[in-house]
Amino acid sequence: MSEAPTALPPVKRRNAELVMTLVAIGITLFAMIEAGLTRNGEMPPSLFVYGILFGGLSVLAHFFIRFFAPWSDPLLLPLATLLNGLGLAMLWRLFEATGDTSGGSAMTQLILTAASMVVFAVIVYFLKEPRTLQRYPYIMAISAVLLLLLPLIPGLGMTINGARQWVNLGFTSLQPSEFAKIALVIFLAGYMVTKRDVLSLASKEVKIGPVKVLDLPRARDMAPMAVMWGFCIIVLVILMNDLGTSLLLFSTFLAMIYVATQRSSWIIIGLTAFFGACTALYPFVPHFRVRMITWLDAFRPDVYCTDEFLNDPESFCQTLGNSQQLVQGLFALAQGGLTGAGMGGGKPGNVPEVQNDFIFSAFGEELGLAGVMVMLMALALLAERGMRIALASKELFIKMFASGISFLLAFQTFVVIGGVTRVIPMTGATIPFVAKGGSALLSSWIMLALLMRMSNNARKPAPQAIQDEGATQVIQR
Amino acid sequence: MSDLTLMLIKITFLGVLWLFVIMAVGVIRTDLLGPAKKKTKRSSRSEPRRSAASRAPRTPRGKRNEPRSLVVTKGPLTGTTLNLSSHPIVVGRAKDATLVINDDYASGRHARIFSDNGRWIVEDLGSTNGTYLGQQRLTRPQPITVGQPIRIGKTVLELRK
Repeated sequence: MSEAPTALPPVKRRNAELVMTLVAIGITLFAMIEAGLTRNGEMPPSLFVYGILFGGLSVLAHFFIRFFAPWSDPLLLPLATLLNGLGLAMLWRLFEATGDTSGGSAMTQLILTAASMVVFAVIVYFLKEPRTLQRYPYIMAISAVLLLLLPLIPGLGMTINGARQWVNLGFTSLQPSEFAKIALVIFLAGYMVTKRDVLSLASKEVKIGPVKVLDLPRARDMAPMAVMWGFCIIVLVILMNDLGTSLLLFSTFLAMIYVATQRSSWIIIGLTAFFGACTALYPFVPHFRVRMITWLDAFRPDVYCTDEFLNDPESFCQTLGNSQQLVQGLFALAQGGLTGAGMGGGKPGNVPEVQNDFIFSAFGEELGLAGVMVMLMALALLAERGMRIALASKELFIKMFASGISFLLAFQTFVVIGGVTRVIPMTGATIPFVAKGGSALLSSWIMLALLMRMSNNARKPAPQAIQDEGATQVIQR
Repeated sequence: MSDLTLMLIKITFLGVLWLFVIMAVGVIRTDLLGPAKKKTKRSSRSEPRRSAASRAPRTPRGKRNEPRSLVVTKGPLTGTTLNLSSHPIVVGRAKDATLVINDDYASGRHARIFSDNGRWIVEDLGSTNGTYLGQQRLTRPQPITVGQPIRIGKTVLELRK
């Protein structure tokens, strides 16, 4: 029965994609109208511009796919359009609708969306066979490392909110780690394809009595993991204070090695090493300590910074940092309840820096659980479709590549939303497609383009010659 | 704007959001069950019977060909039987191989036999003297069926029901 999904004839469903994309655009404009009516009592004056630009570009993207990647998965584009559109509408509500665009603006985000969609189209058009990327694993590895190290260069790197992960290009700033992770996935996919057998077969069994506990890899096969681990810990955590990227990259590595070898011992060893290092470093890295305390003791008065501690220069929040963002975000989520306050009805401005990671709490406040579930479902579906592409494709490299990218999307969402909902400490990553920021948006659309191309190649019916072999049976339905 | 209107707008918006989800579910459904939904509407009652009938001839065939064990038929280990599970079987001289064969012509990790969705596949792991399926030396992973001899050095293995 496990063969059932592949036995079905492939379907294009391009019209369903068009309809769903149109609904996603409609939802975006609807959200803006609702925000405008609720806040200012009038239709948003720039609605037409947004409708034409965002809607037009999404529909163009659809026709582009219809033409150049007709067999690709029909859900990918509508899901991305919905998430991007919701983010756009929320930014409009946060900045344009309140008349204060000092923290950012939906117009900038719209222009960045347009640029990202162009890059998306270019990749879908020119990268006909994603497996050609398999030829350059080490170039990809070096470029990933260079991109990650770029912010450390004095004069070029910038520190924003305690993490040194930005590069100043003069006219704009970039977050190179967003692109480094894609390069890393390509490298890992290529590397795993060549080293899969060694990594998955050579092992020593560890037994306690007669019970097999786990397969221990040979020490020399641990080298790639040791390199990855050392890099994540030393460079990202100690030098750059970028816990989010470090966690993201290391877990992507673990996920991909697991996909390649099907051995849980890699995950056990990797997680032990990573969290062991974090525990060992805990007393020495002050940034770590602040993160942990603002997470575990978020509601402590001196961590939150209530009025009595405001003027006390010795208190925790005055010297190290406070948990106001997290706590206000939780209050906003609670305020939202089941159906939320409606777009424009809440007060998301109470949360500091709400446009970045905490845009999720703004959604929670204004759309409630009912709306946030749709957002989460869209993100989950995106990852699920990615994994399906990995299952459907026949080449090992594409399998690794697609599963790596979808894991990256899923885990990134988990890291952000886990942080906002106080499940894990705040680490500072962005929800794919939704949050403000050009680098994050661009890298999300690049990942989407890669998935799109891979799904097109995987779902495309095989050439006729193979069907004549007699190996495939046509079963009457 | 009155509160009631805004309330209605809010509910409608959430409704539209969920409409999107329902449409997505529709697309996934076609992926799982196939696009033949128009026919179902006309004869929805006969549909389960038909699908059961179409599945019926396939199931026993799958079971009949399903190998249960790997048996050594020639060589020093003749008679050794290995029960098959979903785990891949590594054949070779190395101590950590699943089937350790003491054969001068076998490599440390010589070949792997694994299942891919119920099909069993043999793959040479870059051995010195090669793995033979019948008379042919393996150049790439190949599916094997019950009773087909796989030769590694002086040892011959085959799948049994």
